[in-house]
Amino acid sequence: MSSIPNNLKYASSHEWVRDEGNGVYAVGISEHAQGLLGDMVFVELPSVGDSVTQGNDCAVAESVKAASDIYAPLSGEIVEINEALADAPELVNSSPYEDGWFFKIKVSDSAELAALLDADGYKNSIDE
Amino acid sequence: MAKQTALHGKHLEAGAKMVDFFSWDMPINYGSQIEEHHAVRRDAGMFDVSHMNIIDLHGARTREFLRYLLANDVAKLTVPGKALYSPMLNETGGIIDDLIVYFLQEDLFRVVANSATRDKDLAHINAHAKAFDVKVTERTEFANIAVQGPNAKAKVATLLTAEQRKAIDGMKPFFGQQAGDLFIATTGYTGEDGYEIVLPNEQAADFWQKLIDAGVAPAGLGARDTLRLEAGMNLYGQDMDETVSPLAANMGWTIAWAPEDRDFIGRKAIEQHKADGTFKLVGLVMEQKGVLRHGQRVVVAGGEGEITSGTFSPTLGFSIAIARVPANTADVAEVDIRGKMIPVKVIKPAFVRMGKSVI
Repeated sequence: MSSIPNNLKYASSHEWVRDEGNGVYAVGISEHAQGLLGDMVFVELPSVGDSVTQGNDCAVAESVKAASDIYAPLSGEIVEINEALADAPELVNSSPYEDGWFFKIKVSDSAELAALLDADGYKNSIDE
Repeated sequence: MAKQTALHGKHLEAGAKMVDFFSWDMPINYGSQIEEHHAVRRDAGMFDVSHMNIIDLHGARTREFLRYLLANDVAKLTVPGKALYSPMLNETGGIIDDLIVYFLQEDLFRVVANSATRDKDLAHINAHAKAFDVKVTERTEFANIAVQGPNAKAKVATLLTAEQRKAIDGMKPFFGQQAGDLFIATTGYTGEDGYEIVLPNEQAADFWQKLIDAGVAPAGLGARDTLRLEAGMNLYGQDMDETVSPLAANMGWTIAWAPEDRDFIGRKAIEQHKADGTFKLVGLVMEQKGVLRHGQRVVVAGGEGEITSGTFSPTLGFSIAIARVPANTADVAEVDIRGKMIPVKVIKPAFVRMGKSVI
């Protein structure tokens, strides 16, 4: 059973979102998603300053198995990226909710949060 | 219902992630593909390859039959136990399968072929065997375990009787010997030292457990793929198939052109391919970040090709690939990765051997 922390919101495409305060949200992928992808070897992140739109692809997670698009769970501006992933992409496998975060978004419309799932909703979506 | 090998229970017991592999339920990894890959390069790992098809060919004219059936020439096999790698071609020079054939005795040769091609292999072999009075027998009562890595042979040796150790003592690469209930061959698909061990199904789980206890790490099909790609070995169905000439698959070395009067299936067609010489299989190396993948477009001066197998190389720490490109391709190319043209080096398709980079 993979871990699905209750304090996060989730997109059905397996990204998680954490409220960092001041309208900034950290984004990563769920433990379930990293398990499906397998050993991560490279993460292509957006650049700080990029605008992203909810539901559009904005990063690529490359595992030994496949390249997978990562979708922006919220619209806004990228204000920080996880530089540690450049040298240690395996953090996505070993610590998907902490050290393996991808980027932070300063959101432009917090009403979009309503479109995300809570932990139970996400759990139901992957049990299907 | 997916087919199960005799080791299926051992895979489940180890918590393997199972996948459907051409109708077989097989382990893709036991947790981390990269760790399993490193275990084989640095120490010893093992693969369940029981899904592969073992076919024994009996009859006084078996050698004559195989000299007609295969593009490589079993006349090279003069010492019992010696093995040969060969493509099996169709009349148009396409590859039906690639296989290893062992010379056991004059009226008995053993073929180990791919599992995904089982039905068409048997249909083709049976269709031609009749004319040579060769009896074709599938040996489904056997399991097959590939133990590979720098310490593989030493770890296997701890499980053998003195008699079995003597039977395989000093065995050169590409040989197979029956040692008690085990048929032990110095073959593999990783670019490392090691054995492929064929044994009765009912003994397989126990032997597998003893190998674990001897410090051999189970490795899944995922690691098997990254290891063979680093070694520059083709995967049937991906790097070559019935539409591809062996000459466009880096398999020219497996074709025995001499003697010229030996007729084998596909000979005329590949003589024409040789004269035409349009495509070749090469290795690609990309040292910048990113991963080369199957199907990506390769652009070279004056033409285009395609990546047939690509991966991140756990041993080298960057991406490598096998690609089919125009025969006049020089030492650089560009690969189209999601719309970006990325420069890569073009080399012979061999990247890692015996744990070391050969780039």
